[in-house]
Amino acid sequence: MAGSAPLDPSPLAASEDDRRLVEALRAGDEGAFTQLLERYHTTLVRLAMIYVTDRAVAEEVAQETWLGVLQGIDRFEGRASLKTWIFHILLNCARTRRHREARSIPFSAFWNPAAEPGEPAVEPERFLPADHPTWPHHWNAFPECWSGLEDRLVARETYAYIRQVIETLPLHQREVITLRDIDGWTASEVCAALGISEANQRVLLHRARSRVRRALEQYLREQ
Amino acid sequence: MDDEQELTCQELVELVTEYLEGALSPEDRGRFEVHLATCPGCQTYLEQMRQTIELLGRITEEMIPERAKADLLHAFRTWKRG
Repeated sequence: MAGSAPLDPSPLAASEDDRRLVEALRAGDEGAFTQLLERYHTTLVRLAMIYVTDRAVAEEVAQETWLGVLQGIDRFEGRASLKTWIFHILLNCARTRRHREARSIPFSAFWNPAAEPGEPAVEPERFLPADHPTWPHHWNAFPECWSGLEDRLVARETYAYIRQVIETLPLHQREVITLRDIDGWTASEVCAALGISEANQRVLLHRARSRVRRALEQYLREQ
Repeated sequence: MDDEQELTCQELVELVTEYLEGALSPEDRGRFEVHLATCPGCQTYLEQMRQTIELLGRITEEMIPERAKADLLHAFRTWKRG
């Protein structure tokens, strides 16, 4: 017998807690439903805002999602986590709504963001030119350290600004940065939920994070 | 690609996410860290990326509005009866 613990066959499957909640929900336990609402409702609204820009419409999409959860709860098999399963329902509701608004940009199996020219993480003029005698492609002036700006960084206005920046990102970058960095999903959860590869997930995350950092740098400099 | 060549700052900034995600090959990770050790500009850059990610994770947690909660609990009771 090997001394190591058995490998979890699917780290993305439903947890014990998920199964307990689902059982309670099937039994009509209102407390379980309240717990789910408190845990995920605001996340669902935020995720819906990725697809529909109007806050009131996003709220409707979240409500529709909960009705979908109730109607489908008997079909929940636990192969995915409850969170991923609920997100799939949200995705369907939000994309249907978006489609109705005729702004649909579906993921394609052949779509490869790495092959698309992306903007650089940092403006090229921040680096010395290729023909520089000693330091080609190195910083021409170092970025300024943000230490000492902590109060400004966590100010309410800064959060509002970051939200605005995220709204300007292309759809797929917005999906990935919202799930990964705002809602704290793991890379595998995001890949499973959006049906994209690990590599594409990283490219989208990189572009989105770089854009937010650049915007923050500019914001802090202007103040 | 010349593996022996040192990374430039402009190359490093494009590898930051792969570095933080643990997705670089051991060789590239080594080159990344060698550059970082001697470059204050890239150290600051990496720190800024970390601060950006931390900030994103702290975007306010809101509560479900009471009205929405009441509506949904009403829907739940209807569903339960149905």
